Amino acid sequence: MTRIKDIATAYLPAEGLQALIDTLRQHHDRVLGPRVREQAIRYETISSVADLPRGVKDEHEGGRYRLHQGEEATFFGFVVGPDSLKSIVYPPRLTLWSMKRSGHEGTIEDQDEPVGSTAILGVRPCELAALAVQDKVFLGHGFEDPHYRQRRERLFLVAVECLQPGAHCFCDSMGTGPGVNGGASWDLALTELVGDGRHGFLVRAGSDAGREMMAKLPLEQAGDGLEKARETALAAAAKSMGRTLDTDGLKKTLYDHVDHPHWEKVADRCLACANCTMVCPTCFCSNTMEETALDGSSAARTRVWDSCFNLDFTYIHGGHVRRSVKSRYRQWMTHKLASWQDQFGVIGCVGCGRCITWCPVGIDITREAAVLQGKPTKTSGRTTS
Amino acid sequence: MIAAKERTKAAAGAADPMRPELYRVQRSRRESSDTFTLELTPPRGYKPTPFQPGQFNMLYMPGVGECAISISGDPADDGVLLHTTRVVGTVTRALNGCKAGSRVGIRGPYGAPWPVAEAEGNDVVFVAGGIGLAPLRPAIFHVLAHRRQYGRIVLLYGARTPEDILFKPMLRKWSSRLDMDVYVTVDRAEAGWRGNVGVVTNLIKRAPFDRLNTTAFICGPEIMMHYTVLEILGRGVNEKGIYVSLERNMKCATGFCGHCQMGPFFVCKDGPVFRYDKVKRWMEIREL
Ligand SMILES: Cc1cc2nc3c(=O)[nH]c(=O)nc-3n(C[C@H](O)[C@H](O)[C@H](O)COP(=O)(O)OP(=O)(O)OC[C@H]3O[C@@H](n4cnc5c(N)ncnc54)[C@H](O)[C@@H]3O)c2cc1C
Ligand code: SF4
Ligand code: SF4
Ligand code: FES
Repeated sequence: MTRIKDIATAYLPAEGLQALIDTLRQHHDRVLGPRVREQAIRYETISSVADLPRGVKDEHEGGRYRLHQGEEATFFGFVVGPDSLKSIVYPPRLTLWSMKRSGHEGTIEDQDEPVGSTAILGVRPCELAALAVQDKVFLGHGFEDPHYRQRRERLFLVAVECLQPGAHCFCDSMGTGPGVNGGASWDLALTELVGDGRHGFLVRAGSDAGREMMAKLPLEQAGDGLEKARETALAAAAKSMGRTLDTDGLKKTLYDHVDHPHWEKVADRCLACANCTMVCPTCFCSNTMEETALDGSSAARTRVWDSCFNLDFTYIHGGHVRRSVKSRYRQWMTHKLASWQDQFGVIGCVGCGRCITWCPVGIDITREAAVLQGKPTKTSGRTTS
Repeated sequence: MIAAKERTKAAAGAADPMRPELYRVQRSRRESSDTFTLELTPPRGYKPTPFQPGQFNMLYMPGVGECAISISGDPADDGVLLHTTRVVGTVTRALNGCKAGSRVGIRGPYGAPWPVAEAEGNDVVFVAGGIGLAPLRPAIFHVLAHRRQYGRIVLLYGARTPEDILFKPMLRKWSSRLDMDVYVTVDRAEAGWRGNVGVVTNLIKRAPFDRLNTTAFICGPEIMMHYTVLEILGRGVNEKGIYVSLERNMKCATGFCGHCQMGPFFVCKDGPVFRYDKVKRWMEIREL
């Protein structure tokens, strides 16, 4: 996955999208893309443009997520759903190894199966940023997680830039969107442009594999006009973010405000349900469970996602370190915005806004941070669609 | 690259750091009513990574689970692995049930050690509370084995009752050395106890060490370490000469599970041994 300069920019008319999906399917074991399932847009297997949520708009607000079928012809007129790439590279539940026993003797066997190559269509810029953050966690700091590595290495990423950010989005503040730049290396980037009677995608390659893929697509010359249209659309998107977060001095603000009365106020509302940590594309905490056969002849170690909102997370003999919900919310937000910087050299939040949308009581990381920063806050952002 | 359909070998192209080796229990030795020491040997053909004083392993009991236990043996002796454990719950109870021949999964060693090399030339003060003597023992072995590199060597050890005192034969041996000062105290005395009674911090005031050239290694319950540090600072020792070993819930020991976090630190890999001035700020925050 070498990163090369964007050598190629070309235009793919909307009718050519099926050719892209077909080519992805020819070269990869599975192709995932956005699909409506259980009233949410999720990463699912796709085989045709008909699978894509064409014209669908997603409405995001604190504690609220709704899909609406619109009239627009766009294939990617929505933003992120509850899924992120996290569950693809770091499965929510994974048996690591198992052990067979006979008497005192035992043999240990790895249980993680080899995975095939996975192409993903419709990866948002904040998702790429989150993947780069996860890379630092699982591959970049001392130990390496082989389960993450094998999944990560076999991704082919087709990014889609965001031209219509949601009310919960603040990637512009975090420097992770709405355009594709930086983040994890990607293979292709699409910008969906509608105008002048034309509907199609500006296509760029971000890797050798992406360039090879482009050679197989029914592309047209892009021309300066389209490049300009992209820039204008991205600039407009950056201005229409539903939320903002001021990252200036953020670490110090959080570290200096461990005793701020606002933590108590958030704790009064927080249910400690852990939704925010589950939907967050960078939260990486896990537990490892023991699973045993009834006759005791075998045992297995299974890694499952865990959350710092769970009381038992910090149990040590004699009691829990973080007993109060206040201390657990403080840990979560301080980790995301402050201590992550000390640990991995980057902020742990990419501004995707999922934790805002999927918090049942609408606790809002941007708003809570603004209170600590002593800034005036507005209660809610704009709604899309 | 694009014809990526061929399959790679299993995940374990690289070894899984979560996968243990099955060690054999040679012997389980009782230290006190609730504490025991396991002597373990590695499986044939497996060459363990040498450990440094203060490091720990993850111990796995098949069918039960895993927990973090410090290595309590002599770092110069790579034949057997020693773990001294106090029974407090599920896994430690299962470990206590091990007999010669039992298998225990071991992965490690993990964590930042006691900086014994940096302490060379200084007086070294060890302050242990309860089971905290076990993680300190390898460092004591080390300084005694390199005796001429250090100034005075002092061990201050507090146990709940005389019955709870660990490593009694070894303490007797150390006490009889002319080049080491050993002071033991108990919270509650019993008939026949002629030693000190009271908390271990009481011993610090009269312990013989040169405040300007002292390194202190402290291990015990967090509250005990807190007061011990205050006493040692009170004697005029610099914060930078004081080290503590912290305990947090640990599920992985490799920096992945997130459980052991304390402010900016992962206790499993940045610690468990920390120089006091680096963790002071975080130790002072409640429920961090
Ligand atoms: C770096 C380190 C070194 C340690 N060295 C020793 C040692 O040398 N000797 C010794 O006796 N004990 C030591 N401990 C404490 C030991 O890990 C716990 O007593 C043990 O985890 C308890 O597990 P359990 O299943 O018996 O208890 P339970 O109460 O049944 O445990 C439930 C879970 O809570 C967690 N837990 C409970 N107590 C602790 C604790 N004190 N620290 C961390 N996690 C805990 C574990 O994740 C455990 O799986 C050490 C802890 C750490 C972090
Ligand atoms: S903290 Fe919230 S906004 Fe930030 S990356 Fe996680 S889910 Fe997205
Ligand atoms: S902040 Fe919201 S989503 Fe997160 S644990 Fe609290 S109630 Fe649940
Ligand atoms: S024990 Fe898992 S991160 Fe430290």
